[in-house]
Amino acid sequence: MKESRSVIRHTILVRVSHWLNTLAFVALIVSGVAILMAHPRLYWGEAGGAGSPAILELPLPLNLDQSGWGRSLHFLAAWVCVLNGAVYLASGLRTPPLKNKQYGSLQFSTYVAVVFVLFPLMIASGLAMSPAINAAFPWFVNAFGGHQSSRTIHFFIANLLVLFLIVHVIMVYRAGFRERMRGMVTG
Amino acid sequence: MSRIFTRRGFIKTAAGLTLGASGIGAAAVLANRYGLAPPDGSGLFGVEHTLTYASQRLLLRGQPLAREFGREMISKNFPAINTVLPEDDDYRSDMSGGFRKWRLAIDGMVARPMEFSLDDLRRYPSRTQVTQHVCEQGWSAIAEWTGVPLSLVLDAVGISPQAKFVFFICVDGWWDSLDMADALHPQTLLTYGMNGADLPVPHGAPVRLRVERQIGYKNLKYLSSITVADSAAEWGEGKGSQGAEHGYSWYAGI
Repeated sequence: MKESRSVIRHTILVRVSHWLNTLAFVALIVSGVAILMAHPRLYWGEAGGAGSPAILELPLPLNLDQSGWGRSLHFLAAWVCVLNGAVYLASGLRTPPLKNKQYGSLQFSTYVAVVFVLFPLMIASGLAMSPAINAAFPWFVNAFGGHQSSRTIHFFIANLLVLFLIVHVIMVYRAGFRERMRGMVTG
Repeated sequence: MSRIFTRRGFIKTAAGLTLGASGIGAAAVLANRYGLAPPDGSGLFGVEHTLTYASQRLLLRGQPLAREFGREMISKNFPAINTVLPEDDDYRSDMSGGFRKWRLAIDGMVARPMEFSLDDLRRYPSRTQVTQHVCEQGWSAIAEWTGVPLSLVLDAVGISPQAKFVFFICVDGWWDSLDMADALHPQTLLTYGMNGADLPVPHGAPVRLRVERQIGYKNLKYLSSITVADSAAEWGEGKGSQGAEHGYSWYAGI
Protein backbone atom coordinates (compact mmCIF):
# COMPACT_ATOMS: atom_id res chain seq x y z
CA MET A 1 0.00 0.00 0.00
CA LYS A 2 2.71 2.37 1.00
CA GLU A 3 4.65 1.65 -2.21
CA SER A 4 1.80 2.96 -4.38
CA ARG A 5 2.04 6.40 -2.77
CA SER A 6 4.79 8.20 -4.54
CA VAL A 7 6.19 11.39 -3.06
CA ILE A 8 5.23 14.62 -4.78
CA ARG A 9 8.24 16.89 -4.77
CA HIS A 10 7.40 20.56 -5.15
CA THR A 11 9.65 23.22 -6.60
CA ILE A 12 11.03 25.81 -4.19
CA LEU A 13 8.71 28.45 -5.64
CA VAL A 14 5.62 26.34 -4.92
CA ARG A 15 6.90 25.55 -1.40
CA VAL A 16 7.70 29.16 -0.48
CA SER A 17 4.43 30.49 -1.90
CA HIS A 18 2.44 27.69 -0.17
CA TRP A 19 3.74 28.53 3.30
CA LEU A 20 3.54 32.29 2.76
CA ASN A 21 -0.07 31.76 1.78
CA THR A 22 -0.69 29.58 4.83
CA LEU A 23 0.61 32.34 7.08
CA ALA A 24 -1.40 35.03 5.27
CA PHE A 25 -4.55 32.86 5.25
CA VAL A 26 -4.41 32.31 9.02
CA ALA A 27 -3.80 36.07 9.52
CA LEU A 28 -6.81 36.87 7.28
CA ILE A 29 -9.12 34.55 9.23
CA VAL A 30 -7.98 35.82 12.66
CA SER A 31 -8.16 39.50 11.64
CA GLY A 32 -11.39 38.93 9.73
CA VAL A 33 -13.03 37.62 12.91
CA ALA A 34 -11.59 40.59 14.86
CA ILE A 35 -13.18 43.00 12.35
CA LEU A 36 -16.47 41.08 12.33
CA MET A 37 -16.74 41.27 16.13
CA ALA A 38 -17.24 45.06 15.86
CA HIS A 39 -20.58 44.41 14.13
CA PRO A 40 -21.50 40.71 13.93
CA ARG A 41 -24.64 41.23 11.83
CA LEU A 42 -25.01 40.67 8.08
CA TYR A 43 -27.34 42.49 5.69
CA TRP A 44 -28.36 42.36 2.05
CA GLY A 45 -28.44 45.32 -0.33
CA GLU A 46 -26.75 48.70 -0.09
CA ALA A 47 -26.95 49.91 3.52
CA GLY A 48 -27.50 48.26 6.89
CA GLY A 49 -26.84 48.79 10.57
CA ALA A 50 -28.35 48.94 14.04
CA GLY A 51 -32.09 49.45 13.60
CA SER A 52 -32.36 47.78 10.20
CA PRO A 53 -33.22 44.09 9.67
CA ALA A 54 -30.28 41.69 9.48
CA ILE A 55 -30.33 38.52 7.37
CA LEU A 56 -28.01 36.84 9.86
CA GLU A 57 -26.94 37.59 13.43
CA LEU A 58 -23.70 35.81 14.19
CA PRO A 59 -23.09 34.30 17.63
CA LEU A 60 -19.95 36.38 18.20
CA PRO A 61 -19.26 38.60 21.23
CA LEU A 62 -19.51 42.31 20.42
CA ASN A 63 -16.05 43.87 20.67
CA LEU A 64 -15.38 47.35 19.30
CA ASP A 65 -11.68 47.53 20.18
CA GLN A 66 -10.10 44.93 17.88
CA SER A 67 -10.70 46.40 14.43
CA GLY A 68 -7.70 48.79 14.38
CA TRP A 69 -4.96 46.13 14.28
CA GLY A 70 -7.55 43.81 12.73
CA ARG A 71 -7.95 45.99 9.65
CA SER A 72 -4.19 46.64 9.30
CA LEU A 73 -3.33 42.93 9.61
CA HIS A 74 -6.19 42.00 7.27
CA PHE A 75 -4.99 44.29 4.48
CA LEU A 76 -1.32 43.39 5.02
CA ALA A 77 -2.15 39.69 4.69
CA ALA A 78 -4.40 40.43 1.70
CA TRP A 79 -1.49 42.17 -0.05
CA VAL A 80 0.76 39.14 0.69
CA CYS A 81 -1.89 36.83 -0.78
CA VAL A 82 -2.41 38.94 -3.89
CA LEU A 83 1.32 39.48 -4.63
CA ASN A 84 2.11 35.85 -3.80
CA GLY A 85 -0.80 34.67 -5.93
CA ALA A 86 0.39 36.80 -8.85
CA VAL A 87 3.87 35.19 -8.71
CA TYR A 88 2.30 31.73 -8.38
CA LEU A 89 -0.02 32.26 -11.36
CA ALA A 90 2.77 33.77 -13.47
CA SER A 91 5.00 30.76 -12.82
CA GLY A 92 2.05 28.38 -13.26
CA LEU A 93 1.48 29.68 -16.76
CA ARG A 94 4.94 28.37 -17.67
CA THR A 95 4.69 24.98 -15.95
CA PRO A 96 1.14 24.33 -14.73
CA PRO A 97 1.54 22.90 -11.18
CA LEU A 98 -2.05 21.71 -11.27
CA LYS A 99 -1.45 19.45 -14.26
CA ASN A 100 -0.16 16.68 -12.07
CA LYS A 101 -1.38 13.17 -12.72
CA GLN A 102 -1.35 12.44 -9.00
CA TYR A 103 -4.42 14.58 -8.35
CA GLY A 104 -7.84 12.95 -8.73
CA SER A 105 -10.36 14.67 -10.99
CA LEU A 106 -12.56 15.82 -8.07
CA GLN A 107 -9.49 17.15 -6.29
CA PHE A 108 -8.32 18.86 -9.47
CA SER A 109 -11.66 20.59 -10.07
CA THR A 110 -11.83 21.68 -6.42
CA TYR A 111 -8.40 23.31 -6.68
CA VAL A 112 -9.39 25.01 -9.95
CA ALA A 113 -12.61 26.30 -8.33
CA VAL A 114 -10.69 27.67 -5.32
CA VAL A 115 -7.94 29.34 -7.36
CA PHE A 116 -10.04 30.67 -10.24
CA VAL A 117 -13.47 31.23 -8.65
CA LEU A 118 -13.31 31.63 -4.85
CA PHE A 119 -10.04 33.61 -4.63
CA PRO A 120 -11.06 36.14 -7.34
CA LEU A 121 -14.54 36.49 -5.76
CA MET A 122 -12.95 37.00 -2.35
CA ILE A 123 -10.67 39.77 -3.67
CA ALA A 124 -13.50 41.38 -5.68
CA SER A 125 -16.01 41.36 -2.79
CA GLY A 126 -13.32 42.76 -0.48
CA LEU A 127 -12.48 45.57 -2.91
CA ALA A 128 -16.21 46.27 -3.35
CA MET A 129 -16.30 47.36 0.30
CA SER A 130 -13.70 50.08 -0.34
CA PRO A 131 -15.24 53.56 -0.77
CA ALA A 132 -12.23 54.64 -2.87
CA ILE A 133 -12.37 51.63 -5.21
CA ASN A 134 -16.14 52.14 -5.52
CA ALA A 135 -15.53 55.70 -6.75
CA ALA A 136 -13.03 54.48 -9.38
CA PHE A 137 -14.97 51.32 -10.38
CA PRO A 138 -18.62 51.62 -9.29
CA TRP A 139 -19.71 48.59 -11.37
CA PHE A 140 -17.75 46.42 -8.93
CA VAL A 141 -20.00 46.98 -5.92
CA ASN A 142 -23.11 47.31 -8.08
CA ALA A 143 -22.46 43.84 -9.52
CA PHE A 144 -22.54 42.41 -5.99
CA GLY A 145 -25.84 44.19 -5.27
CA GLY A 146 -24.49 46.89 -2.93
CA HIS A 147 -22.07 47.48 -0.10
CA GLN A 148 -23.72 45.24 2.50
CA SER A 149 -24.26 42.45 -0.06
CA SER A 150 -20.52 42.56 -0.82
CA ARG A 151 -19.76 42.24 2.89
CA THR A 152 -22.14 39.27 3.25
CA ILE A 153 -20.74 37.52 0.15
CA HIS A 154 -17.18 38.14 1.48
CA PHE A 155 -18.18 36.43 4.74
CA PHE A 156 -19.73 33.36 3.09
CA ILE A 157 -16.81 32.83 0.69
CA ALA A 158 -14.46 33.06 3.69
CA ASN A 159 -16.46 30.20 5.23
CA LEU A 160 -16.10 28.15 2.04
CA LEU A 161 -12.34 28.75 2.07
CA VAL A 162 -12.08 27.61 5.70
CA LEU A 163 -14.06 24.50 4.74
CA PHE A 164 -11.62 23.93 1.87
CA LEU A 165 -8.69 24.31 4.28
CA ILE A 166 -10.14 21.65 6.60
CA VAL A 167 -10.78 19.19 3.74
CA HIS A 168 -7.31 19.96 2.33
CA VAL A 169 -5.60 19.12 5.64
CA ILE A 170 -7.68 15.94 6.08
CA MET A 171 -6.70 14.79 2.58
CA VAL A 172 -3.03 15.46 3.26
CA TYR A 173 -3.36 13.24 6.35
CA ARG A 174 -5.08 10.47 4.41
CA ALA A 175 -2.54 10.58 1.58
CA GLY A 176 0.38 10.17 4.01
CA PHE A 177 1.10 13.15 6.17
CA ARG A 178 4.87 12.71 6.51
CA GLU A 179 5.57 12.30 2.82
CA ARG A 180 3.26 15.12 1.77
CA MET A 181 4.71 17.45 4.37
CA ARG A 182 8.21 16.50 3.29
CA GLY A 183 7.24 17.22 -0.31
CA MET A 184 5.99 20.67 0.65
CA VAL A 185 8.75 21.53 3.16
CA THR A 186 12.06 20.20 1.85
CA GLY A 187 10.89 19.27 -1.65
CA MET B 1 18.90 16.72 0.15
CA SER B 2 16.21 16.61 -2.48
CA ARG B 3 17.01 16.55 -6.15
CA ILE B 4 15.16 19.83 -6.65
CA PHE B 5 17.30 21.70 -4.13
CA THR B 6 20.16 22.10 -6.60
CA ARG B 7 22.88 24.73 -6.83
CA ARG B 8 21.13 26.18 -9.87
CA GLY B 9 17.78 26.30 -8.09
CA PHE B 10 19.42 27.96 -5.10
CA ILE B 11 21.03 30.67 -7.25
CA LYS B 12 17.74 31.32 -9.05
CA THR B 13 15.86 31.59 -5.75
CA ALA B 14 18.47 33.90 -4.24
CA ALA B 15 18.38 36.06 -7.37
CA GLY B 16 14.59 36.17 -7.21
CA LEU B 17 14.55 37.16 -3.53
CA THR B 18 17.21 39.86 -4.11
CA LEU B 19 15.22 41.19 -7.06
CA GLY B 20 12.04 41.22 -4.96
CA ALA B 21 13.71 42.99 -2.02
CA SER B 22 15.30 45.64 -4.24
CA GLY B 23 11.94 46.03 -5.99
CA ILE B 24 10.28 46.86 -2.67
CA GLY B 25 13.14 49.24 -1.83
CA ALA B 26 12.83 51.03 -5.18
CA ALA B 27 9.06 51.24 -4.74
CA ALA B 28 9.53 52.88 -1.32
CA VAL B 29 11.88 55.52 -2.79
CA LEU B 30 9.45 56.22 -5.65
CA ALA B 31 6.50 56.40 -3.22
CA ASN B 32 8.34 59.06 -1.21
CA ARG B 33 9.31 61.10 -4.27
CA TYR B 34 5.81 61.18 -5.76
CA GLY B 35 3.97 61.85 -2.49
CA LEU B 36 2.59 58.33 -2.32
CA ALA B 37 3.93 57.57 1.17
CA PRO B 38 1.43 58.14 4.01
CA PRO B 39 2.61 59.71 7.32
CA ASP B 40 1.99 56.39 9.13
CA GLY B 41 4.07 54.44 6.60
CA SER B 42 6.67 53.04 9.00
CA GLY B 43 6.67 49.65 10.72
CA LEU B 44 5.15 46.35 9.58
CA PHE B 45 1.62 47.71 9.16
CA GLY B 46 3.18 50.78 7.49
CA VAL B 47 4.03 48.51 4.53
CA GLU B 48 0.32 47.84 4.13
CA HIS B 49 -0.65 51.49 4.66
CA THR B 50 1.86 52.54 1.95
CA LEU B 51 0.84 49.87 -0.58
CA THR B 52 -2.84 50.69 -0.11
CA TYR B 53 -2.39 54.46 -0.17
CA ALA B 54 -0.03 54.49 -3.17
CA SER B 55 -2.14 52.11 -5.26
CA GLN B 56 -5.42 53.87 -4.46
CA ARG B 57 -3.93 57.30 -5.20
CA LEU B 58 -2.78 55.99 -8.60
CA LEU B 59 -6.20 54.44 -9.30
CA LEU B 60 -7.98 57.68 -8.27
CA ARG B 61 -5.74 60.06 -10.28
CA GLY B 62 -8.76 61.20 -12.32
CA GLN B 63 -10.55 62.25 -9.06
CA PRO B 64 -13.67 60.12 -9.75
CA LEU B 65 -16.77 60.87 -7.68
CA ALA B 66 -18.13 58.51 -5.04
CA ARG B 67 -21.46 56.91 -5.93
CA GLU B 68 -24.52 59.06 -5.29
CA PHE B 69 -28.02 57.71 -4.73
CA GLY B 70 -31.63 58.82 -5.11
CA ARG B 71 -33.36 60.32 -2.06
CA GLU B 72 -35.52 57.18 -1.79
CA MET B 73 -32.35 55.33 -0.71
CA ILE B 74 -31.88 57.51 2.44
CA SER B 75 -31.60 55.27 5.54
CA LYS B 76 -34.38 55.58 8.13
CA ASN B 77 -31.86 54.77 10.83
CA PHE B 78 -28.49 56.50 10.68
CA PRO B 79 -26.46 55.42 13.73
CA ALA B 80 -24.50 58.11 15.60
CA ILE B 81 -21.41 56.78 17.43
CA ASN B 82 -18.43 58.00 19.47
CA THR B 83 -19.10 61.59 20.61
CA VAL B 84 -22.83 62.36 20.26
CA LEU B 85 -22.83 65.48 22.47
CA PRO B 86 -19.53 67.26 23.27
CA GLU B 87 -18.97 67.96 26.97
CA ASP B 88 -17.44 71.38 26.33
CA ASP B 89 -19.43 74.09 28.23
CA ASP B 90 -18.96 76.76 25.54
CA TYR B 91 -20.20 74.31 22.92
CA ARG B 92 -23.31 73.51 24.97
CA SER B 93 -24.26 77.12 25.61
CA ASP B 94 -23.65 77.96 21.94
CA MET B 95 -25.75 74.94 20.95
CA SER B 96 -28.77 76.31 22.83
CA GLY B 97 -28.21 79.63 21.07
CA GLY B 98 -28.28 78.06 17.59
CA PHE B 99 -24.47 78.11 17.15
CA ARG B 100 -24.37 81.88 16.61
CA LYS B 101 -20.98 82.13 18.34
CA TRP B 102 -19.44 79.18 16.50
CA ARG B 103 -16.45 80.11 14.31
CA LEU B 104 -14.28 77.95 12.07
CA ALA B 105 -10.73 79.32 12.06
CA ILE B 106 -8.51 78.45 9.08
CA ASP B 107 -4.79 79.11 9.41
CA GLY B 108 -1.37 77.62 8.65
CA MET B 109 0.06 77.78 5.14
CA VAL B 110 -2.57 80.17 3.80
CA ALA B 111 -2.31 83.70 2.37
CA ARG B 112 -5.28 85.07 4.41
CA PRO B 113 -6.06 83.30 7.72
CA MET B 114 -9.80 83.72 8.33
CA GLU B 115 -12.66 82.88 10.68
CA PHE B 116 -15.98 81.71 9.27
CA SER B 117 -19.34 81.82 11.00
CA LEU B 118 -22.10 79.38 10.07
CA ASP B 119 -23.77 82.14 8.01
CA ASP B 120 -20.46 82.87 6.24
CA LEU B 121 -20.27 79.23 5.13
CA ARG B 122 -23.93 79.23 4.04
CA ARG B 123 -23.25 82.18 1.71
CA TYR B 124 -20.89 80.08 -0.44
CA PRO B 125 -22.34 77.98 -3.29
CA SER B 126 -23.52 74.73 -1.71
CA ARG B 127 -23.48 71.14 -2.84
CA THR B 128 -26.05 68.49 -1.90
CA GLN B 129 -25.24 64.79 -2.29
CA VAL B 130 -26.87 61.51 -1.24
CA THR B 131 -24.02 59.20 -0.32
CA GLN B 132 -23.21 56.15 1.76
CA HIS B 133 -21.34 56.44 5.06
CA VAL B 134 -19.29 53.26 5.52
CA CYS B 135 -18.21 52.62 9.11
CA GLU B 136 -15.08 50.58 9.76
CA GLN B 137 -17.18 48.56 12.24
CA GLY B 138 -19.14 47.08 9.34
CA TRP B 139 -22.43 48.97 9.23
CA SER B 140 -23.30 51.57 6.61
CA ALA B 141 -26.03 54.16 6.11
CA ILE B 142 -27.15 56.54 3.38
CA ALA B 143 -27.97 60.22 3.95
CA GLU B 144 -28.31 63.45 2.03
CA TRP B 145 -25.61 65.95 2.96
CA THR B 146 -25.53 69.69 2.22
CA GLY B 147 -22.51 71.90 2.66
CA VAL B 148 -19.86 74.02 1.04
CA PRO B 149 -17.11 72.21 -0.87
CA LEU B 150 -13.94 72.51 1.23
CA SER B 151 -12.04 73.51 -1.94
CA LEU B 152 -14.08 76.77 -2.21
CA VAL B 153 -13.19 77.76 1.35
CA LEU B 154 -9.53 76.80 0.83
CA ASP B 155 -9.52 78.96 -2.32
CA ALA B 156 -10.85 81.90 -0.29
CA VAL B 157 -7.99 81.69 2.23
CA GLY B 158 -5.42 81.02 -0.51
CA ILE B 159 -3.49 77.86 0.29
CA SER B 160 0.23 77.73 -0.40
CA PRO B 161 1.42 75.58 -3.34
CA GLN B 162 3.62 73.75 -0.81
CA ALA B 163 0.58 72.57 1.18
CA LYS B 164 0.44 68.78 1.57
CA PHE B 165 -2.06 68.23 4.38
CA VAL B 166 -5.20 69.84 5.74
CA PHE B 167 -5.60 69.25 9.49
CA PHE B 168 -8.99 69.34 11.21
CA ILE B 169 -9.47 69.92 14.93
CA CYS B 170 -12.77 69.15 16.62
CA VAL B 171 -14.63 70.67 19.57
CA ASP B 172 -13.98 67.47 21.56
CA GLY B 173 -10.21 67.68 20.88
CA TRP B 174 -10.06 64.94 18.25
CA TRP B 175 -7.95 65.73 15.20
CA ASP B 176 -7.17 64.20 11.82
CA SER B 177 -5.88 65.24 8.40
CA LEU B 178 -6.46 64.74 4.67
CA ASP B 179 -4.04 64.89 1.77
CA MET B 180 -4.71 67.53 -0.90
CA ALA B 181 -6.33 65.02 -3.29
CA ASP B 182 -9.17 64.37 -0.85
CA ALA B 183 -9.22 67.91 0.61
CA LEU B 184 -9.78 69.42 -2.86
CA HIS B 185 -12.15 66.69 -4.11
CA PRO B 186 -15.53 68.16 -5.21
CA GLN B 187 -17.51 65.90 -2.83
CA THR B 188 -15.46 66.85 0.23
CA LEU B 189 -17.79 69.16 2.14
CA LEU B 190 -17.95 71.31 5.23
CA THR B 191 -21.39 69.93 5.93
CA TYR B 192 -24.12 71.89 7.74
CA GLY B 193 -27.24 70.08 6.48
CA MET B 194 -28.47 66.49 6.67
CA ASN B 195 -31.58 65.09 4.94
CA GLY B 196 -32.89 68.57 4.20
CA ALA B 197 -32.60 69.96 7.74
CA ASP B 198 -29.83 71.47 9.88
CA LEU B 199 -27.12 68.96 10.78
CA PRO B 200 -28.32 67.31 14.05
CA VAL B 201 -26.07 67.46 17.14
CA PRO B 202 -25.44 63.67 17.31
CA HIS B 203 -24.13 63.88 13.72
CA GLY B 204 -21.68 66.71 14.43
CA ALA B 205 -23.51 70.06 14.47
CA PRO B 206 -22.95 72.74 13.51
CA VAL B 207 -20.44 71.56 10.86
CA ARG B 208 -18.90 68.17 10.09
CA LEU B 209 -16.59 66.92 7.39
CA ARG B 210 -17.76 64.65 4.57
CA VAL B 211 -14.97 62.72 2.79
CA GLU B 212 -16.94 60.35 0.61
CA ARG B 213 -14.05 58.19 -0.65
CA GLN B 214 -12.86 57.24 2.82
CA ILE B 215 -14.25 55.22 5.74
CA GLY B 216 -16.56 56.82 8.29
CA TYR B 217 -13.95 57.71 10.90
CA LYS B 218 -12.35 60.26 8.55
CA ASN B 219 -15.67 62.16 8.43
CA LEU B 220 -14.99 64.28 11.52
CA LYS B 221 -17.84 65.75 13.54
CA TYR B 222 -17.99 69.05 15.52
CA LEU B 223 -15.33 70.90 13.48
CA SER B 224 -13.60 73.71 15.36
CA SER B 225 -10.58 74.76 13.28
CA ILE B 226 -8.55 73.90 10.19
CA THR B 227 -4.78 74.20 9.69
CA VAL B 228 -3.03 73.82 6.33
CA ALA B 229 0.48 72.30 6.58
CA ASP B 230 3.29 70.94 4.43
CA SER B 231 4.19 68.17 6.90
CA ALA B 232 2.55 65.95 9.49
CA ALA B 233 5.68 65.74 11.64
CA GLU B 234 4.66 68.45 14.15
CA TRP B 235 1.31 66.84 14.93
CA GLY B 236 1.27 64.31 17.78
CA GLU B 237 3.42 61.30 16.88
CA GLY B 238 3.65 62.50 13.27
CA LYS B 239 1.31 59.82 11.93
CA GLY B 240 -1.16 62.30 10.49
CA SER B 241 -4.11 61.57 12.76
CA GLN B 242 -5.08 60.83 16.31
CA GLY B 243 -6.75 57.66 15.06
CA ALA B 244 -3.40 56.42 13.71
CA GLU B 245 -2.04 56.63 17.26
CA HIS B 246 -4.82 54.22 18.27
CA GLY B 247 -4.02 51.76 15.48
CA TYR B 248 -6.44 53.03 12.80
CA SER B 249 -4.67 53.80 9.51
CA TRP B 250 -4.39 57.49 8.56
CA TYR B 251 -5.60 56.77 5.03
CA ALA B 252 -8.90 54.89 5.07
CA GLY B 253 -9.92 54.41 1.44
CA ILE B 254 -10.72 50.77 2.27
